[in-house]
Amino acid sequence: MAGKKQLNESPSQTAGPYVHIGCIPAYAGIEGVYKQDIWGNSPVDQAGTTLKVRIFDGDGAPVTDALIEIWIAGLKFWARSAFDEDSLSYPFQIPKTNSWAGQTSDDAIPFISVWIVARGVNIGLHTRIYFPDMENDVDKVLNQVEETRRGSLIANESNDGYTFDIYLQGERETVFFDI
Amino acid sequence: MTGDSYFRPRDRTWHPVSHTPEYKSSVLRSPQRPLVYFPSTSSELSGPVFGHELIGELDNDLIRNFAKNGKMPIGPRIIIHGKVLDEFGKPVPNTLVEIWQANASGRYRHKKDGYLAPLDPNFGGCGRTLTSDDGSYEFTTIQPGAYPWPNHENAWRPMHVHFSVFGPSFAQRLITQMYFEGDPLIPLCPIVNTIPDQRAVDQLVARLDLDKAVSMDCLAYHFDVVLRGKYSTLFENKMEGN
Repeated sequence: MAGKKQLNESPSQTAGPYVHIGCIPAYAGIEGVYKQDIWGNSPVDQAGTTLKVRIFDGDGAPVTDALIEIWIAGLKFWARSAFDEDSLSYPFQIPKTNSWAGQTSDDAIPFISVWIVARGVNIGLHTRIYFPDMENDVDKVLNQVEETRRGSLIANESNDGYTFDIYLQGERETVFFDI
Repeated sequence: MTGDSYFRPRDRTWHPVSHTPEYKSSVLRSPQRPLVYFPSTSSELSGPVFGHELIGELDNDLIRNFAKNGKMPIGPRIIIHGKVLDEFGKPVPNTLVEIWQANASGRYRHKKDGYLAPLDPNFGGCGRTLTSDDGSYEFTTIQPGAYPWPNHENAWRPMHVHFSVFGPSFAQRLITQMYFEGDPLIPLCPIVNTIPDQRAVDQLVARLDLDKAVSMDCLAYHFDVVLRGKYSTLFENKMEGN
Protein backbone atom coordinates (compact mmCIF):
# COMPACT_ATOMS: atom_id res chain seq x y z
CA MET A 1 0.00 0.00 0.00
CA ALA A 2 1.66 3.22 -1.14
CA GLY A 3 1.41 6.64 0.47
CA LYS A 4 2.51 10.25 -0.03
CA LYS A 5 5.23 11.88 2.03
CA GLN A 6 3.42 13.39 4.99
CA LEU A 7 6.01 13.80 7.71
CA ASN A 8 9.62 14.88 8.06
CA GLU A 9 12.20 12.55 9.52
CA SER A 10 12.95 13.38 13.17
CA PRO A 11 16.14 15.47 13.16
CA SER A 12 19.24 13.82 14.53
CA GLN A 13 20.98 14.87 17.73
CA THR A 14 24.33 13.78 19.06
CA ALA A 15 24.37 10.46 20.92
CA GLY A 16 26.53 12.21 23.53
CA PRO A 17 29.25 10.71 25.76
CA TYR A 18 26.88 8.37 27.59
CA VAL A 19 25.47 6.47 24.61
CA HIS A 20 26.63 3.21 26.18
CA ILE A 21 24.14 3.61 29.05
CA GLY A 22 21.35 3.17 26.54
CA CYS A 23 22.77 0.64 24.13
CA ILE A 24 25.20 -1.51 26.17
CA PRO A 25 24.57 -0.61 29.84
CA ALA A 26 26.73 -3.34 31.39
CA TYR A 27 29.72 -1.86 29.51
CA ALA A 28 28.89 1.48 31.21
CA GLY A 29 28.84 -0.24 34.60
CA ILE A 30 25.07 -0.61 34.90
CA GLU A 31 24.55 -4.24 35.79
CA GLY A 32 21.41 -6.20 36.30
CA VAL A 33 18.97 -4.20 34.20
CA TYR A 34 18.82 -6.38 31.08
CA LYS A 35 19.23 -10.14 30.98
CA GLN A 36 21.75 -9.46 28.21
CA ASP A 37 23.14 -6.39 26.48
CA ILE A 38 22.56 -6.30 22.72
CA TRP A 39 26.00 -6.56 21.15
CA GLY A 40 24.89 -8.41 18.03
CA ASN A 41 26.17 -11.44 16.19
CA SER A 42 29.35 -13.44 16.57
CA PRO A 43 30.71 -15.62 13.77
CA VAL A 44 28.88 -18.93 13.52
CA ASP A 45 32.09 -20.85 13.11
CA GLN A 46 34.18 -19.91 16.14
CA ALA A 47 37.16 -19.33 13.85
CA GLY A 48 36.12 -15.80 12.89
CA THR A 49 38.50 -12.95 12.13
CA THR A 50 39.34 -10.01 14.38
CA LEU A 51 38.65 -6.52 13.09
CA LYS A 52 40.04 -3.70 15.25
CA VAL A 53 38.76 -0.23 14.44
CA ARG A 54 40.35 2.96 15.74
CA ILE A 55 38.89 6.46 15.53
CA PHE A 56 40.83 9.73 15.55
CA ASP A 57 39.65 13.33 15.69
CA GLY A 58 40.91 16.38 13.80
CA ASP A 59 43.90 16.70 16.11
CA GLY A 60 44.80 13.05 15.66
CA ALA A 61 43.64 12.28 19.21
CA PRO A 62 41.95 8.91 19.80
CA VAL A 63 38.17 9.00 20.14
CA THR A 64 37.32 6.60 22.94
CA ASP A 65 33.66 7.37 23.66
CA ALA A 66 32.01 6.37 20.39
CA LEU A 67 29.65 3.55 19.54
CA ILE A 68 30.19 1.72 16.24
CA GLU A 69 27.66 -0.56 14.52
CA ILE A 70 28.45 -2.74 11.52
CA TRP A 71 26.20 -4.54 9.05
CA ILE A 72 27.17 -7.20 6.53
CA ALA A 73 23.96 -7.48 4.55
CA GLY A 74 24.72 -10.67 2.63
CA LEU A 75 25.39 -12.52 5.87
CA LYS A 76 22.69 -10.76 7.94
CA PHE A 77 25.54 -10.06 10.37
CA TRP A 78 25.17 -7.06 12.68
CA ALA A 79 27.31 -6.08 15.66
CA ARG A 80 28.14 -3.19 17.96
CA SER A 81 31.42 -2.24 19.55
CA ALA A 82 32.71 0.23 22.12
CA PHE A 83 36.24 1.23 23.06
CA ASP A 84 38.25 -1.59 24.60
CA GLU A 85 41.06 -0.53 26.96
CA ASP A 86 43.13 -3.67 26.33
CA SER A 87 43.35 -3.42 22.55
CA LEU A 88 42.92 0.39 22.48
CA SER A 89 40.46 -0.15 19.66
CA TYR A 90 36.83 -0.97 18.88
CA PRO A 91 37.13 -4.72 18.38
CA PHE A 92 34.82 -6.93 16.33
CA GLN A 93 34.79 -10.66 15.62
CA ILE A 94 33.57 -11.05 12.05
CA PRO A 95 33.09 -14.07 9.77
CA LYS A 96 36.18 -14.85 7.71
CA THR A 97 36.06 -12.91 4.44
CA ASN A 98 36.64 -15.95 2.25
CA SER A 99 33.18 -17.16 3.27
CA TRP A 100 31.26 -14.07 2.06
CA ALA A 101 31.46 -13.80 -1.68
CA GLY A 102 28.44 -14.39 -3.87
CA GLN A 103 25.74 -13.92 -1.23
CA THR A 104 23.91 -11.28 -3.26
CA SER A 105 24.71 -9.52 -6.52
CA ASP A 106 25.64 -6.34 -4.63
CA ASP A 107 28.07 -8.24 -2.46
CA ALA A 108 30.42 -9.58 -5.10
CA ILE A 109 33.18 -7.59 -3.38
CA PRO A 110 33.22 -8.04 0.40
CA PHE A 111 32.71 -4.88 2.47
CA ILE A 112 31.19 -3.90 5.79
CA SER A 113 28.66 -1.06 6.24
CA VAL A 114 29.63 1.04 9.25
CA TRP A 115 27.77 3.61 11.38
CA ILE A 116 29.49 5.76 14.00
CA VAL A 117 27.86 7.89 16.72
CA ALA A 118 29.57 9.85 19.50
CA ARG A 119 29.76 13.05 21.49
CA GLY A 120 30.47 15.84 19.01
CA VAL A 121 28.94 13.92 16.10
CA ASN A 122 25.57 15.51 15.31
CA ILE A 123 24.33 12.85 12.91
CA GLY A 124 25.59 9.26 12.61
CA LEU A 125 28.46 8.90 10.11
CA HIS A 126 28.27 6.16 7.48
CA THR A 127 31.29 4.56 5.90
CA ARG A 128 32.42 1.21 4.51
CA ILE A 129 35.33 -1.09 5.18
CA TYR A 130 36.81 -2.90 2.18
CA PHE A 131 39.55 -5.48 2.35
CA PRO A 132 43.07 -5.58 0.94
CA ASP A 133 43.86 -8.16 -1.74
CA MET A 134 40.33 -8.03 -3.16
CA GLU A 135 39.40 -6.83 -6.67
CA ASN A 136 38.02 -3.61 -5.20
CA ASP A 137 38.39 -1.81 -8.58
CA VAL A 138 35.14 -3.34 -9.77
CA ASP A 139 33.09 -2.07 -6.84
CA LYS A 140 30.57 0.54 -8.04
CA VAL A 141 30.52 2.47 -4.79
CA LEU A 142 34.30 2.63 -4.43
CA ASN A 143 34.42 3.97 -7.96
CA GLN A 144 32.28 6.93 -6.90
CA VAL A 145 35.07 7.94 -4.55
CA GLU A 146 38.01 10.07 -5.75
CA GLU A 147 40.91 7.74 -6.39
CA THR A 148 43.20 9.51 -3.90
CA ARG A 149 40.70 8.92 -1.09
CA ARG A 150 39.82 5.27 -1.77
CA GLY A 151 42.64 4.04 0.45
CA SER A 152 40.83 5.44 3.49
CA LEU A 153 38.21 2.72 3.03
CA ILE A 154 40.55 -0.26 2.87
CA ALA A 155 41.43 -2.21 6.01
CA ASN A 156 44.98 -3.27 6.78
CA GLU A 157 46.01 -6.82 7.54
CA SER A 158 47.33 -7.52 11.01
CA ASN A 159 48.66 -10.67 12.64
CA ASP A 160 45.23 -11.72 13.91
CA GLY A 161 42.97 -10.21 11.27
CA TYR A 162 42.43 -6.62 10.18
CA THR A 163 42.71 -3.08 11.46
CA PHE A 164 40.84 -0.04 10.17
CA ASP A 165 41.53 3.52 11.17
CA ILE A 166 38.81 6.15 10.90
CA TYR A 167 39.87 9.80 10.72
CA LEU A 168 36.90 12.03 11.44
CA GLN A 169 38.66 15.11 10.10
CA GLY A 170 41.87 16.36 8.57
CA GLU A 171 44.39 15.35 5.95
CA ARG A 172 43.66 11.65 6.23
CA GLU A 173 39.90 12.13 6.61
CA THR A 174 37.95 8.94 5.94
CA VAL A 175 35.33 9.00 3.22
CA PHE A 176 31.84 9.26 4.74
CA PHE A 177 28.77 8.48 2.68
CA ASP A 178 25.37 10.02 2.20
CA ILE A 179 23.32 6.84 2.02
CA MET B 1 12.46 -6.82 -5.19
CA THR B 2 15.01 -4.45 -3.69
CA GLY B 3 15.78 -3.32 -7.27
CA ASP B 4 12.91 -0.86 -7.17
CA SER B 5 13.22 0.38 -3.57
CA TYR B 6 15.43 3.27 -2.57
CA PHE B 7 15.91 6.05 -0.03
CA ARG B 8 16.00 9.66 -1.11
CA PRO B 9 18.98 11.55 0.28
CA ARG B 10 18.44 12.95 3.76
CA ASP B 11 17.44 16.60 3.98
CA ARG B 12 20.64 18.12 5.30
CA THR B 13 18.91 21.50 5.86
CA TRP B 14 16.64 19.77 8.37
CA HIS B 15 19.25 17.68 10.19
CA PRO B 16 22.15 19.38 11.96
CA VAL B 17 25.31 19.78 9.89
CA SER B 18 28.52 18.33 11.28
CA HIS B 19 30.47 21.50 12.04
CA THR B 20 28.56 23.52 14.64
CA PRO B 21 31.18 25.47 16.61
CA GLU B 22 28.81 26.57 19.40
CA TYR B 23 28.73 22.88 20.31
CA LYS B 24 32.41 22.65 21.11
CA SER B 25 32.91 18.89 20.75
CA SER B 26 31.81 19.07 17.12
CA VAL B 27 34.78 21.23 16.11
CA LEU B 28 37.30 18.37 15.98
CA ARG B 29 34.86 15.57 15.25
CA SER B 30 33.19 16.94 12.13
CA PRO B 31 34.25 15.78 8.66
CA GLN B 32 35.22 18.69 6.43
CA ARG B 33 34.86 16.97 3.06
CA PRO B 34 31.46 16.58 1.45
CA LEU B 35 29.68 13.28 1.98
CA VAL B 36 29.82 10.98 -1.04
CA TYR B 37 26.37 10.01 -2.29
CA PHE B 38 25.49 6.73 -3.93
CA PRO B 39 22.08 5.17 -4.71
CA SER B 40 20.73 2.66 -2.20
CA THR B 41 22.00 -0.90 -2.50
CA SER B 42 20.78 -3.96 -0.61
CA SER B 43 23.24 -3.08 2.17
CA GLU B 44 21.40 0.18 2.88
CA LEU B 45 17.90 -1.24 2.36
CA SER B 46 18.29 -4.27 4.59
CA GLY B 47 19.03 -4.27 8.30
CA PRO B 48 19.14 -6.38 11.47
CA VAL B 49 15.97 -7.76 13.04
CA PHE B 50 15.63 -8.00 16.83
CA GLY B 51 13.32 -10.64 18.26
CA HIS B 52 11.00 -10.39 21.25
CA GLU B 53 13.01 -13.00 23.11
CA LEU B 54 15.71 -10.35 23.65
CA ILE B 55 13.39 -8.06 25.63
CA GLY B 56 12.68 -8.63 29.33
CA GLU B 57 9.43 -7.76 31.07
CA LEU B 58 10.81 -4.70 32.88
CA ASP B 59 13.09 -3.47 30.09
CA ASN B 60 10.78 -0.55 29.31
CA ASP B 61 10.12 0.36 32.95
CA LEU B 62 12.90 2.60 34.25
CA ILE B 63 11.08 3.02 37.57
CA ARG B 64 11.38 -0.68 38.30
CA ASN B 65 14.21 -2.07 36.20
CA PHE B 66 17.06 -0.99 38.53
CA ALA B 67 15.19 -0.47 41.82
CA LYS B 68 16.25 -2.54 44.81
CA ASN B 69 14.01 -4.31 47.31
CA GLY B 70 10.72 -2.85 46.15
CA LYS B 71 11.98 0.73 46.47
CA MET B 72 11.31 3.47 43.95
CA PRO B 73 13.51 6.15 42.38
CA ILE B 74 12.83 9.75 43.38
CA GLY B 75 11.33 12.17 40.91
CA PRO B 76 8.26 12.95 38.82
CA ARG B 77 6.74 9.70 37.55
CA ILE B 78 5.95 9.83 33.83
CA ILE B 79 4.93 7.66 30.93
CA ILE B 80 6.61 8.48 27.62
CA HIS B 81 4.69 7.03 24.71
CA GLY B 82 4.08 7.43 21.01
CA LYS B 83 4.72 5.79 17.69
CA VAL B 84 7.61 5.13 15.41
CA LEU B 85 6.39 6.09 11.92
CA ASP B 86 8.00 6.59 8.56
CA GLU B 87 7.80 9.71 6.39
CA PHE B 88 4.64 8.34 4.76
CA GLY B 89 2.92 8.15 8.12
CA LYS B 90 3.09 4.35 8.13
CA PRO B 91 3.85 2.58 11.42
CA VAL B 92 7.23 0.91 11.87
CA PRO B 93 6.30 -2.28 13.76
CA ASN B 94 8.50 -4.58 15.84
CA THR B 95 11.44 -2.22 15.79
CA LEU B 96 13.98 -1.70 18.57
CA VAL B 97 13.86 1.54 20.58
CA GLU B 98 16.50 2.12 23.26
CA ILE B 99 16.46 5.15 25.60
CA TRP B 100 18.78 6.57 28.22
CA GLN B 101 18.66 9.54 30.53
CA ALA B 102 19.89 11.20 33.71
CA ASN B 103 18.01 10.84 37.00
CA ALA B 104 15.69 13.49 38.45
CA SER B 105 18.71 15.46 39.74
CA GLY B 106 20.36 15.51 36.31
CA ARG B 107 23.03 12.93 37.19
CA TYR B 108 23.92 10.11 34.76
CA ARG B 109 24.92 6.68 35.98
CA HIS B 110 28.15 6.65 33.96
CA LYS B 111 31.75 6.58 35.21
CA LYS B 112 32.45 9.75 33.21
CA ASP B 113 29.77 11.87 34.89
CA GLY B 114 31.27 13.81 37.79
CA TYR B 115 28.34 16.15 38.45
CA LEU B 116 27.93 16.77 42.18
CA ALA B 117 24.22 15.87 42.17
CA PRO B 118 23.75 12.42 43.68
CA LEU B 119 23.07 9.12 41.99
CA ASP B 120 19.75 7.53 42.85
CA PRO B 121 20.41 4.00 44.13
CA ASN B 122 17.12 2.91 42.60
CA PHE B 123 17.60 4.38 39.13
CA GLY B 124 19.75 3.05 36.28
CA GLY B 125 18.60 5.25 33.43
CA CYS B 126 18.22 2.86 30.49
CA GLY B 127 15.24 1.22 28.84
CA ARG B 128 14.41 -0.63 25.66
CA THR B 129 11.38 -1.97 23.88
CA LEU B 130 10.09 -3.19 20.53
CA THR B 131 7.28 -1.26 18.89
CA SER B 132 3.93 -3.01 18.54
CA ASP B 133 2.32 -3.92 15.24
CA ASP B 134 0.88 -0.40 15.02
CA GLY B 135 4.29 1.18 15.67
CA SER B 136 3.48 2.22 19.23
CA TYR B 137 5.91 2.14 22.14
CA GLU B 138 5.74 3.04 25.82
CA PHE B 139 8.23 3.67 28.63
CA THR B 140 7.60 4.38 32.29
CA THR B 141 10.27 6.49 33.92
CA ILE B 142 11.21 9.44 36.14
CA GLN B 143 11.47 12.83 34.44
CA PRO B 144 15.20 13.64 34.09
CA GLY B 145 16.60 16.89 35.51
CA ALA B 146 18.50 19.50 33.51
CA TYR B 147 22.19 18.70 33.35
CA PRO B 148 25.26 20.97 33.54
CA TRP B 149 28.05 20.31 31.04
CA PRO B 150 31.39 21.91 30.24
CA ASN B 151 30.54 23.30 26.79
CA HIS B 152 30.72 26.88 28.04
CA GLU B 153 30.39 28.76 31.33
CA ASN B 154 27.04 28.00 32.99
CA ALA B 155 25.94 25.56 30.28
CA TRP B 156 22.90 23.43 31.00
CA ARG B 157 21.27 20.80 28.83
CA PRO B 158 17.49 20.98 28.84
CA MET B 159 15.68 18.00 30.40
CA HIS B 160 16.07 15.30 27.75
CA VAL B 161 15.79 11.59 27.01
CA HIS B 162 18.10 10.08 24.40
CA PHE B 163 16.40 7.87 21.80
CA SER B 164 18.10 5.26 19.60
CA VAL B 165 15.80 3.85 16.93
CA PHE B 166 16.16 1.15 14.29
CA GLY B 167 13.96 0.71 11.26
CA PRO B 168 14.03 -2.29 8.95
CA SER B 169 16.81 -0.65 6.89
CA PHE B 170 20.35 0.16 8.01
CA ALA B 171 19.97 3.54 6.31
CA GLN B 172 17.09 4.45 8.64
CA ARG B 173 19.18 4.19 11.79
CA LEU B 174 18.63 7.27 13.94
CA ILE B 175 19.74 8.63 17.31
CA THR B 176 18.08 11.77 18.60
CA GLN B 177 16.93 13.45 21.82
CA MET B 178 13.47 14.13 23.21
CA TYR B 179 12.78 17.39 25.06
CA PHE B 180 9.86 18.39 27.27
CA GLU B 181 7.25 20.95 26.35
CA GLY B 182 7.65 24.25 28.19
CA ASP B 183 11.30 23.82 29.20
CA PRO B 184 12.87 27.31 29.04
CA LEU B 185 16.35 25.80 28.51
CA ILE B 186 15.45 24.42 25.07
CA PRO B 187 16.12 27.57 22.99
CA LEU B 188 19.35 28.24 24.91
CA CYS B 189 21.00 24.88 24.19
CA PRO B 190 23.83 24.70 21.62
CA ILE B 191 22.98 21.06 20.87
CA VAL B 192 19.33 21.91 20.17
CA ASN B 193 20.57 24.85 18.12
CA THR B 194 22.56 22.60 15.80
CA ILE B 195 19.14 22.06 14.19
CA PRO B 196 18.61 24.86 11.65
CA ASP B 197 14.80 24.84 11.39
CA GLN B 198 12.53 25.65 14.35
CA ARG B 199 9.89 23.23 13.01
CA ALA B 200 12.46 20.44 13.25
CA VAL B 201 13.25 21.39 16.85
CA ASP B 202 9.51 21.37 17.64
CA GLN B 203 9.34 17.83 16.34
CA LEU B 204 11.68 16.78 19.17
CA VAL B 205 9.57 18.36 21.92
CA ALA B 206 7.28 15.91 23.72
CA ARG B 207 3.82 17.20 24.60
CA LEU B 208 2.03 16.73 27.91
CA ASP B 209 -0.64 14.06 27.43
CA LEU B 210 -3.19 14.08 30.24
CA ASP B 211 -5.28 11.42 28.49
CA LYS B 212 -2.47 8.96 29.00
CA ALA B 213 -1.64 10.12 32.53
CA VAL B 214 -2.78 7.86 35.35
CA SER B 215 -4.65 9.66 38.11
CA MET B 216 -2.79 9.74 41.45
CA ASP B 217 0.11 7.84 39.80
CA CYS B 218 1.97 9.41 36.88
CA LEU B 219 1.85 12.08 34.21
CA ALA B 220 2.46 11.28 30.55
CA TYR B 221 4.23 12.78 27.55
CA HIS B 222 3.59 11.97 23.91
CA PHE B 223 6.48 11.70 21.44
CA ASP B 224 6.55 10.22 17.94
CA VAL B 225 9.74 9.36 16.10
CA VAL B 226 9.73 9.60 12.31
CA LEU B 227 12.17 7.55 10.23
CA ARG B 228 13.05 7.86 6.54
CA GLY B 229 10.55 6.32 4.17
CA LYS B 230 11.43 3.84 1.46
CA TYR B 231 10.46 4.98 -2.04
CA SER B 232 9.62 2.72 -4.95
CA THR B 233 10.49 3.35 -8.58
CA LEU B 234 7.24 1.62 -9.53
CA PHE B 235 5.40 4.68 -8.20
CA GLU B 236 8.05 7.20 -9.21
CA ASN B 237 5.65 9.53 -11.03
CA LYS B 238 3.34 9.83 -8.03
CA MET B 239 6.21 10.38 -5.51
CA GLU B 240 4.73 7.67 -3.39
CA GLY B 241 6.41 5.23 -1.09
CA ASN B 242 6.01 1.63 -0.17
